[in-house]
Amino acid sequence: MKFAVINFPGSNCDMDLYYAIRDGIKQTVELVDYRNESLEGFDGVLIPGGFSYGDYLRSGAIAVHAPIVKEIIRFANEGKIVLGICNGFQILTELGLLPGALIQNEKSCFICETVDLKVLNNQTAFTNEYQAGQIINIPVAHGEGRYYCDEKTLEDLKINDQIIFEYQQNINGSVAQIAGVTNKQKNVLGMMPHPERAIEKILGSDDGLKLFQSIINYQVKVNN
Amino acid sequence: MKLVKVYVTLKDSVLDAQGEAIKSAINTMGYKQLADVHMGKYFELSFDDDYAQLDQDVNAICDDLLANPNIETYRYEIMEEQ
Repeated sequence: MKFAVINFPGSNCDMDLYYAIRDGIKQTVELVDYRNESLEGFDGVLIPGGFSYGDYLRSGAIAVHAPIVKEIIRFANEGKIVLGICNGFQILTELGLLPGALIQNEKSCFICETVDLKVLNNQTAFTNEYQAGQIINIPVAHGEGRYYCDEKTLEDLKINDQIIFEYQQNINGSVAQIAGVTNKQKNVLGMMPHPERAIEKILGSDDGLKLFQSIINYQVKVNN
Repeated sequence: MKLVKVYVTLKDSVLDAQGEAIKSAINTMGYKQLADVHMGKYFELSFDDDYAQLDQDVNAICDDLLANPNIETYRYEIMEEQ
């Protein structure tokens, strides 16, 4: 599989993602500048963490108007894999490709620690390597990670099994302890925790590796 | 020139964490009668005078960029720039 890691001004987890794909799951990966207008030839697009455009206005709000974004929307609409981590998740909600929004943590401080997540849905392109209900250990690092949506949206998320990861302890005040959600079609995932920072034991956890392996499993299935 | 003043605030249903922190600081300063603080954003946009679609376009700018309708509301006023 060939992955694109989008590089916005202020992205800072791009190389971690690049490393996770190249060394973690041994696939082809390229950094793609936000000014590019084509993702031709790629199979999946990854939006890294960081502070795109300095988090000016709202996290992710300005990145939405970058030239490459039209291609991200095309990928999402064509059912291709789109994964947004941390700032990438914020960008996907600002874009409207994922429901809800990410706002300042309930206790307005930056949280940087490794947390327990529960895999609520293991029937997706991103989680098929995990067991349903499995508890995984993944780092978070965010100041604006409180997931918010209205009651109607939450109802829809539950009915369609779109809530993929749930915090075991509600670190940031998220609605329903939500750490990661997909779109209805389940080809677009956004999550605040950083699986790319948990791909080998020496990093403290390798629980994130299975997320990337799941994408490969899914693609093999789709191709056959 | 036309001056447009835009005010963006969080919806009432969304907890305003910064507003809460500021409120608690003001209460600590001794102003015990303060009941609530809401923090928002303020923008000034200047436009050419002969802009027929001004109202419509300011709405679109607010909806598409300045505010996130999932969590925020906005209001604006249009005036003559001094």
